[in-house]
Amino acid sequence: MNQVSFWSSNLPKIEQTLGAIAIFFAILGAIFYIAGKVNGRASRPIATFIFLGPAVLLLFVGLVVPAVKTILFSFKDASSIKFIGIKNYQWIIDNPEMHKVIWNTLLWILITPFATTALGLLLAIMLNRMKRESLPKSLLFMPMAISFVGASIIWQFVYNYAPEGQPQTGLLSAIARTLGFTPPNWILNQPLNTFLLMIIFIWVETGFAMVILSAAIKGVPDDIMEASALDGATGWRLFKGITFPMVRPTFIVVFATMVVTSLKLFDIVRTVTGGNFGTSVISNEMYSQIFVRFDTGRGSALAVILFVLVTPILIYNIRNLRRERTIS
Amino acid sequence: MKLKSKGLLAVISAAAVLVSGGAVVTTSASAASSACAGVGNYAKQAGKTVEIFNSVIGLENSRYQAALLPFEDCTGITINWNGTNEFESQLGVRVQGGTAPDIAMIPQPGLLAKMVDTGKVVKAPAQTLANVNKYWSAGWKGYGTVNGVFYAAPNSANNKSLVWYSPKQFKKNGYTVPTTWTQMMALSDKMAAKKQIAWCGGIGSGTATGWPATDWLEEIVLRTQGAKVYADWIAHKVKFSDPQIVAAFNQVASWMKNPKYVGNVSAIATTTFQNAGMGIPTGKCNMLQQASFYAAQYPKTVTVSPTGDVWAYYLPGINPAVKTPVEGGGEFFAAFNSNAATQEVQNYLSSPQWAIQRIKSAGPSGGWLSANNGVPASTYTNALDALSAKYLSDKKSTFVFDGSDAMPAAVGAGSMWTELTNWFTGKSTADVTAAIDASWPTN
Amino acid sequence: MSKQKLAEHTPGRKLFSSKSASIVVWVITLLWTVPTLGLFVTSFRPKQDVFLSGWWHFFTSPHFTLSNYDSVLFGKGDAGSVGGVIPYFLNSLAITLPAVIFPVVIATMAAYSLAWIRFRGSDALFFFIFALQIVPIQMSLIPLLQLFTGGAHIGTITLLPKLGIAGKLAGIWLPHTMFALPLAIYLLHNFISSLPRDLMEAAYVDGANHFVVFRRIVLPLSIPAIAAFGIFQFLWVWNDLLVALTFSGGTQNISPINAKLASLVGQWGSHWEILTAGAFVTIAVPLVVFFSLQRYFVRGLLAGSVK
Repeated sequence: MNQVSFWSSNLPKIEQTLGAIAIFFAILGAIFYIAGKVNGRASRPIATFIFLGPAVLLLFVGLVVPAVKTILFSFKDASSIKFIGIKNYQWIIDNPEMHKVIWNTLLWILITPFATTALGLLLAIMLNRMKRESLPKSLLFMPMAISFVGASIIWQFVYNYAPEGQPQTGLLSAIARTLGFTPPNWILNQPLNTFLLMIIFIWVETGFAMVILSAAIKGVPDDIMEASALDGATGWRLFKGITFPMVRPTFIVVFATMVVTSLKLFDIVRTVTGGNFGTSVISNEMYSQIFVRFDTGRGSALAVILFVLVTPILIYNIRNLRRERTIS
Repeated sequence: MKLKSKGLLAVISAAAVLVSGGAVVTTSASAASSACAGVGNYAKQAGKTVEIFNSVIGLENSRYQAALLPFEDCTGITINWNGTNEFESQLGVRVQGGTAPDIAMIPQPGLLAKMVDTGKVVKAPAQTLANVNKYWSAGWKGYGTVNGVFYAAPNSANNKSLVWYSPKQFKKNGYTVPTTWTQMMALSDKMAAKKQIAWCGGIGSGTATGWPATDWLEEIVLRTQGAKVYADWIAHKVKFSDPQIVAAFNQVASWMKNPKYVGNVSAIATTTFQNAGMGIPTGKCNMLQQASFYAAQYPKTVTVSPTGDVWAYYLPGINPAVKTPVEGGGEFFAAFNSNAATQEVQNYLSSPQWAIQRIKSAGPSGGWLSANNGVPASTYTNALDALSAKYLSDKKSTFVFDGSDAMPAAVGAGSMWTELTNWFTGKSTADVTAAIDASWPTN
Repeated sequence: MSKQKLAEHTPGRKLFSSKSASIVVWVITLLWTVPTLGLFVTSFRPKQDVFLSGWWHFFTSPHFTLSNYDSVLFGKGDAGSVGGVIPYFLNSLAITLPAVIFPVVIATMAAYSLAWIRFRGSDALFFFIFALQIVPIQMSLIPLLQLFTGGAHIGTITLLPKLGIAGKLAGIWLPHTMFALPLAIYLLHNFISSLPRDLMEAAYVDGANHFVVFRRIVLPLSIPAIAAFGIFQFLWVWNDLLVALTFSGGTQNISPINAKLASLVGQWGSHWEILTAGAFVTIAVPLVVFFSLQRYFVRGLLAGSVK
């Protein structure tokens, strides 16, 4: 009975999934075949349309329209019915709690991308010198494979705090006690707690930075390294003169990805402190406003502030990209 | 009686098998008409499915499904009892996104009002209204009413005015259960003199951290100021910074923020409410103010009984002018369409037959009670439920609904949680009350 | 000359000699692994031990139990009707496979056309797509759900009919595909635009059209980059909670393993031993995927941005 109900409820899902993949490729194959028959003038625009069309449509519907709606909503009231001008922004400006949230967000953008990318680069360089790099590399990358729900459970066993006289189940508290001083209640301790949350982020994302930068370092042609080494370039000078300039584009890509991730990320804050104890960030506050307090207006205004905060980094990146594209 | 409960257990375990197989519990529509015997009079609605979206997960979820089986057998309606622990946020997303459930079981009047504001909630059918008029007090009907229109019938009720303790530990130490506030504080002093932790505390609850503290404050406001001020406070006619409320803050401070009684005050903010009372059976801490549903937190190895490892006593009153103050909570069934099958389910869920089914499906372990007057007191086989039901149905008691649940979500599910958490970690009473008042929605 | 040889030939590399580099890397690796080790160890400890002592005490007083896994996998033991997680495993697979394949294919096509079929405004379009990365997906949830259930209209004109896919698997695949595109197009574009120009031009001269070039040259050569991005997308979708919760419309029948773990957290806030076992079960699949495909990271990942 149990077996029967198991298959009858799960088999359709598997069929649906495999069916959808098959249909997707069948349609794609048919379009490619038919469009491939077209010759002459029309062939180029048709190819552009077919290659680019699906992506543009999906992006328009899934991201552009919501982004525009968000900007509109940020000038409307809680249930998005009437326009209330800049009141939502006024609320953010007047509210000391929100100042703290914006300040925390700035700390996240300033610290975590730099920490993850720099540590990732350091590890990538050192791994490059090792004979057996695959095991440490895999272990360092492992946190990337763990969901934030999982990560919050894992770090509970590090940051957990028990008052004096009770058994200590948090690793950090136990270490502090062994070293002879009384551990604080880590998660309550401001502003230390924000940095403790950042450590979780760094723990998760450094593997990503390391793996990509490591691939980039391996891409530096051997003969260049060799030539400069023969010229007497050593250690730091070799790194500064040759290695870093060669991996700089990758470094920037990773850095930019980390900035965006650190901004949008709300899972760590949400699962570990729920935004309490002065650790909230804009993305968490935005989610609370929209989905817990049902104030779409304020939530949207916070989202717009988030856009504005990333814009400088975005412009810098696009400038870099443009330079690259004109070279190639 | 014995035979009956055995049969019931079989139903529960059958449901448990179905649930653990990952399948939605469904029943055949070919039930005999005698299936309606314990349910009431309902028309056949064969083949219809009604979704009830709710926040109940785990064991309680399967008990609900088991209790609904007779009704499904009788009417041929399949009930999709859909529980999630992301209920509050997901309900908003679904209603705004156009995938509203047929019925939602809403635990907060504040959230119900928010949902009614979206214009998607339909008013209760005539039969449901008649049932509620007949079987519930005007107060309970009022919690399901928004702007004078009745929408949602009450489901279960819980009694929040309880203190958990260990009868075994009390016996060992020679403590007696207090019946007045003064006695309770004297007992706390006695424990403190013995270098014991008198009060357990924990307000950690993920994104809802702080809610247990709102209960503490509400209990004191009710006990010192009475139901009238309490109601005005919920309506923000009495502000948080009002001297009456500030006095309540101070009284909570002398109780749950008193290092003499609780040990490390700020640790309360990071201890989860689930873990808070785990030390009671072993005497690590002695008492915890928590609702009747806290019984479900204890593992099977802990006996919940008047002579066992844990039990609860009624949180005594303070101001003699406020007779038997009781604070409680509960849920309400709101419908998002007026299909015949949906209305039939609403009618059933507002009847005493439903409440009786549901109480029986929990068996002797209990944990579910109703404020429906049509439920005979003898239905409760669990002593704790009988105790809670006694206070809830007592005509002389001063009953109020959980205040934070009835306030606007921006306060009741927002600033009141976060600010009280801040209060426990050191923010001053003046700053906390000012911040909550400032967060009250203006329109 | 290989790098290792080079290292031996240059005694002056004092900054990170091979030996000290190894030591530093291993120390950091150890630090990185300890938290996960704690989770792993805890998942094999009985409840009493988990509550009373830190996980490192396992090594001095080992009490080993498999009952936590029994509870999580088969729904037995103290945790009562937690229920087996195997159906949720299948759900996760049913969600993840299409949600990886669709965006990867669509992004590869778009990246090819942006790199090799230049037209007026193709640069601007590329930058615009890159910029879309910053749109927080929380903002897209409700508009998308409204689109799925109600379609899109301007006045009385229907632009898009209602798709009716909310609460179905397709309703989860589509948002995942949309949200993955900006990063996917950007990364794959980096790779594809760096393919050898001579090779491509020779093919065009031979009369091959764009579809043939895409299939015969671009796809085979881009496999490393596609695989690398595919793994990221896999990890992302497998670990996602927000999109699945929102677009499954509360339908248990298609909710992923991660949502199940999250509900375990809510339900068993005091049962850490069950949670740790549950967490380990959920991370097992991504770990297997990563370890079996990791060579792609070393070889081909984002070679395009290296030049």
